Amino acid sequence: MLADFLEYDFLRNTLFTGIIIGLIAPLLGTFIVVRRLSLLADALSHVTLAGIAFGLLLEKNFALMISPLYTGIAFSVFGSILIEKLRGVYKAFQELAIPIILSGGVGLSVIFISIADGFNTDLFSYLFGSVSAVSKSDFYSIAGIAGFIIIIIVLFFKELFTLSFDEEHATISGLHTKAIHLLFIVLTALVIAISMRIVGVLLVSALMTLPVAASMRFAKGFKQMVYLSIVFGEIAVIIGLITGYYLSFPPGGTIVLVSISLLILSIIISKQRSKATS
Amino acid sequence: MSEAIISMKNISFSYENKQILDHINFSVSKGSFMGLVGPNGGGKTTLIKLILGLQKADAGSIQLFGQPIEKFNNWHKIGFVSQKANAFNKGFPATVYEVVSMGLTAKVGYLKFFQKKHKEKIKEAINQVGMKAYTHENIGNLSGGQQQRIFIARSLVNDPELLILDEPTVGVDNENVQRFYDLLDNLNRNKGITMLMITHDTGTIAEQATEIACLNKTLHFHGKPEAYKRISNEEWSHIYGHNIHLITHDH
Repeated sequence: MLADFLEYDFLRNTLFTGIIIGLIAPLLGTFIVVRRLSLLADALSHVTLAGIAFGLLLEKNFALMISPLYTGIAFSVFGSILIEKLRGVYKAFQELAIPIILSGGVGLSVIFISIADGFNTDLFSYLFGSVSAVSKSDFYSIAGIAGFIIIIIVLFFKELFTLSFDEEHATISGLHTKAIHLLFIVLTALVIAISMRIVGVLLVSALMTLPVAASMRFAKGFKQMVYLSIVFGEIAVIIGLITGYYLSFPPGGTIVLVSISLLILSIIISKQRSKATS
Repeated sequence: MSEAIISMKNISFSYENKQILDHINFSVSKGSFMGLVGPNGGGKTTLIKLILGLQKADAGSIQLFGQPIEKFNNWHKIGFVSQKANAFNKGFPATVYEVVSMGLTAKVGYLKFFQKKHKEKIKEAINQVGMKAYTHENIGNLSGGQQQRIFIARSLVNDPELLILDEPTVGVDNENVQRFYDLLDNLNRNKGITMLMITHDTGTIAEQATEIACLNKTLHFHGKPEAYKRISNEEWSHIYGHNIHLITHDH
């Protein structure tokens, strides 16, 4: 099954990128889920879409060759900072920031797309992922950014964990909670932007939350949940990419369906287990 | 008189035009066990938030360990166990060890990792609160009283000199409340940790604390338990307002 992936360059890029994404999306996703910010990822992915549409527009109408990856990253990071500002404005209704940013992202995307007079299949691959969309240079960019994200998470793991568990306690103990939170949001934006090539903008948040939801059924502790989420994430990406390629489906769809299958299986197994022990 | 760890002078605080605290003079001396009682909305939690620097007073001054609060930066000397510890997200996947380790996050510092001595410290704190057997259990699976012990351990890893507790016995069953008080008593007497504890339990606190304060917008009482026990019913109804007076008569 893997033979084609190892033989053809473009598939190899896709597979390696997929393995990277399968690691960092659930890694950051663990923090997103325990902080109850799952919808934040959705809002940011729609802003990323606007960034991609903008990049494609530049490419088509002005022949500017900026990879939509970078315009996507720029919009996503900008959107993440905007969400933080909005959460500050509506202190009592912080979740309002999410529909505001989400609809803003879709609105902008539609306008960019129609200015460019409609795009081709390229946009479709950004929405749902593609097995053939990762160029060599995309791969290097994604690997570089992912390396940066992993280093930051390892360095700030204890602070991110402490903040997630009890924000008030973190503040009292003297941590710079606002700065750590901002760092976290920007990391989220970066992960979403670099994941979209594989799973697609509309399904990025699934890869950040579904493996975590599955591992939550088993994990006793936080670190254990992080490791287990990554295992589930990798299984979903690898099986999803291979089946997507052989069945000619966009990999976003197959990755999400594998994730959901793993989730259902986890729920069934953990229920059986708790029955057996009680 | 022994050294004051907390000293508040003429503190006033209002929230949305409502006066919560009115010219409070309050102090906690080193080694004491201070019980803070008073009706709901009387400003007990606000007082603690001011001490912890989570809110700023409108007027007056606060000194912590002899330093003005504005300049104070030894926050690791102060441990805090909040009322919310009871209402934390029960589904949060963290082991007892992981929760206690969070007490050290700020002390270890940015860009640094836990070392062997930190890990020993974490185990020691868990042992001190009598929860060693649960080290690798999920915090959500423990009872309310056990969870509060873990939150105390989270403070103990920093070798605090002052422990502030906001109604720590809410949601703890009666049998375990006494064991919880024994733990606090032990930390106070044998470790010399100064205690400041908010409680609704106006009776039991008189047996545990070495000093008691009654707060309802102003400080109505600040003294020894012996004097506290002599507060008459009329004075109580004055402190708590008339509603409470009626309820006590209904019993």
